[in-house]
Amino acid sequence: MKKRILVATVLACTATQVFALDVKGSVGLEGRYFIDEPSDPRQHGNNASINVLPELYQEWADGQQSLVFSPYLRWDQGDSERSHADIRELTWSYVADEWELRAGLRKVFWGVTESQHLVDVINQTDMLEDPDGEAKLGQPMINLALIRDWGTVDLFLLPYFRERSFAGEKGRLRTHPRVAVDQVQYESKDDERNLDYALRWVHSLDVWDLGLSYFYGTSRDPSFSLSSVNGEAVLIPQYDIIHQIGVDAQATVGAWLWKLEAINRHHDADDYSAITAGFEYSFYGVFETVYDLGVIYEYLYDSRGSKSTSPFADDSMLGMRLAFNDEASTDVLLGVIVDHAGEGHAINLEASRRFGEHWKLNLKARGYVNIAPNNPLYHFRQDGYAQMEWLYYF
Amino acid sequence: MQKHWIAIPLLALTLNGAVLAQTAEEKGLAISTEMDQRDLGWGNEVSDSTMVLRNAHGQESVRENRMKALEVPGDGDKTLVVFDSPRDISGTAFLTFSHANKADEQWMYLPALKRVKRISSSNKSGPFLGSEFAYEDISSQEVDKYSYKYLRDEVVDEQDSYVVERYPQYKHSGYTRQITWISKEIYQPVKIEFYDRKNALLKTLTFSDYQQYLGKYWRALVLDMVNHQTKKSTTLTRSNYQFQTGLKERDFDRNSLKRVR
Repeated sequence: MKKRILVATVLACTATQVFALDVKGSVGLEGRYFIDEPSDPRQHGNNASINVLPELYQEWADGQQSLVFSPYLRWDQGDSERSHADIRELTWSYVADEWELRAGLRKVFWGVTESQHLVDVINQTDMLEDPDGEAKLGQPMINLALIRDWGTVDLFLLPYFRERSFAGEKGRLRTHPRVAVDQVQYESKDDERNLDYALRWVHSLDVWDLGLSYFYGTSRDPSFSLSSVNGEAVLIPQYDIIHQIGVDAQATVGAWLWKLEAINRHHDADDYSAITAGFEYSFYGVFETVYDLGVIYEYLYDSRGSKSTSPFADDSMLGMRLAFNDEASTDVLLGVIVDHAGEGHAINLEASRRFGEHWKLNLKARGYVNIAPNNPLYHFRQDGYAQMEWLYYF
Repeated sequence: MQKHWIAIPLLALTLNGAVLAQTAEEKGLAISTEMDQRDLGWGNEVSDSTMVLRNAHGQESVRENRMKALEVPGDGDKTLVVFDSPRDISGTAFLTFSHANKADEQWMYLPALKRVKRISSSNKSGPFLGSEFAYEDISSQEVDKYSYKYLRDEVVDEQDSYVVERYPQYKHSGYTRQITWISKEIYQPVKIEFYDRKNALLKTLTFSDYQQYLGKYWRALVLDMVNHQTKKSTTLTRSNYQFQTGLKERDFDRNSLKRVR
C-alpha cells in the first residue's frame, strides 16, 4: 500500500494536528548519445542529465478536499537552459456531488490521438524535456467542473501565461538561430497577464467518447521573427491572441479505436484548420504468444500547408506497439511520420522494461531523415539521438 | 449481477430437489442462476488486493491494488481499480462498466500525462498485468456469459460440490470450456479448470479462505491460479473487504479517474 509518512503540520485554519501525508515520485538518470556532429559548434555532444519529480498529497474532510504539490527539477550537463525547475502541480481541490472546483497550478489533457495533440491547448509545452512535446508546464488556473447526465462541462479561468521553454545556445534540438526568450513579444497589452478562458464539454455515449472545446487567449504556440542581439541572429517568439474551437471523438468498436481531432484557430484576419484522424487496431496474442500488437495510423493535416508553423501539414504517422504482457511490462513502440510533400520523415523508437518493484529502464531513439530546408524539423537534422534513462520510483 | 427471467422457476426446482425432468444443461444453468441469485443485493464494496506472480524459476513479483465495485441492477457491475505497486504504475487506474450482452466499456487513467484513455475491452484472453489471470477471469461474472452443463456431484477440498462445465458465449475467449466445482453449502466456486482453444488443460484456479459479509455474501480471500503449461502461478490475496460504504454512480465516472490516489 501507499507509503504514509506522518508529519506534524500547522495549518492556518486548524490547530496543530497530525496528518497522513502521501509521498511518491521518481528520480531519473538520463544519457543521450547524439549520432551526428551538431549544426552549430557551440552545441554540446553526448550528454547526461538528472531529474526529480516528487509528489506530496494530503486529503481531508473524508477526501472531499485535497492538496497536491509536485515540484520538478532537472539538472543538465551540457545546456544551462535545460537545467530548469517547475511546479508541475500545486492544486487545491473541492469535490461535491455535482461539481468539482480546483485552483492552483495544474496540468490537464484533452484529446484522443497519439501523433500530435491539436485540441490540447491549456498547458504550455516543456520543450526542454523531450522534443515529442508530451511534457507540460504547470498552468495557473481556476477550474470548475459541472457533472451532469448529459456530460461534464469544464470552465477554466487562466490568469497567467507560461512561456514555452527552448534549448539554450549550447543545447541540442534547437532552432538555428537560437530562440531569444528574453526578447519575447505579446499581442496582449497585459503581456503574460492576459486573462484567458476556456470551456470544454466531454461525454461518453455507448462506443463514443466525445469532446467539444473553446479557448480564448494567448496562444501556447509562438510564431517567430528574425532579429539580432549583439550582432548574433536570433529568433524572437511572438505570442498572439487566438480563438480556438476544437472537436475530439473516439469510437471504440471491438479491437478498433477510431480517432479524430480537429481545430479551427482564429487570429485577427487569419484563420486555419488542422486535423488528426486515424485508427489503432490491436491483435491480441500474436505469434502463438501472449504478446499484443497494436497498429496505429494517423493522418495529419494543416490548412496552411507549407506556410504552417507545424512540421506536420500533410503527413502520415505509421506506428506499431508491441506489449509483451510479462511481469516486467516490457513494451516497444515504433513510429514514423512521413511527409507527403517529400519534406522528409521523423522516426521514433521507444522501449521500456521494469526491473524489480522500483526501477524502470526507458530507451528512446529519434531520427530526422532527409528533412527539407523549408520544414521546421530542418533545425533538428543533425540532432538524431539515442537515449537511455533509468528511473527509480518511490 | 444479471437477473434472469427463468431464475425463479428454476430456483424452485433446485430447492425442491425436483431434478427429474431436468436435462444436464438445465441443471447446470439452474445451479449457476442460484449462485447469481444468492449474491444479489450487495450494493457496493471495496477491497485491497495483492497479487504475487511466480515464474517457472520461483522468482516473485508483486502488484498491489485497491478496488471499488458498484452493483448495477439488471446489468454488469462497475469497478474502479487503482494500482499502488509496482511504483512506476502507482496511480494508474482502470474503470470498467461491464455488460452481460454487449462489450464492456473501459477507461484507463495515466497519471503522468493526466490522460483518460478509452481502451478496447475485446482483449479477453490477455494476461492481466503479466499475471496468470486473464481479463476474462477477473471480470464481472454474469449468468448470460456462458452456457452450462451439469456433470456430477463430487467432494473437492472437503467441500461437497456440484461439478458444472461452462462454455463462454462472449467473443474472443481464450477458452473452449471451464469445469467449475461449486460448493453446495455456500454456492460459491471451490475450483475452476480452464481449457485452452485446443481443449488442453491450461490453468487451475482454487478459491480458499471464504468469509461471509453482511450475514449473506461470501468472498474468497485467496485465489490461486496455476498455469500447467508454463509452470507460472499467481496468488491473489484480498483484504479489508467492506460493504455498503456509501459509494454512488458518481464514484465510477470519468471524473472519478482524475481524483484517484
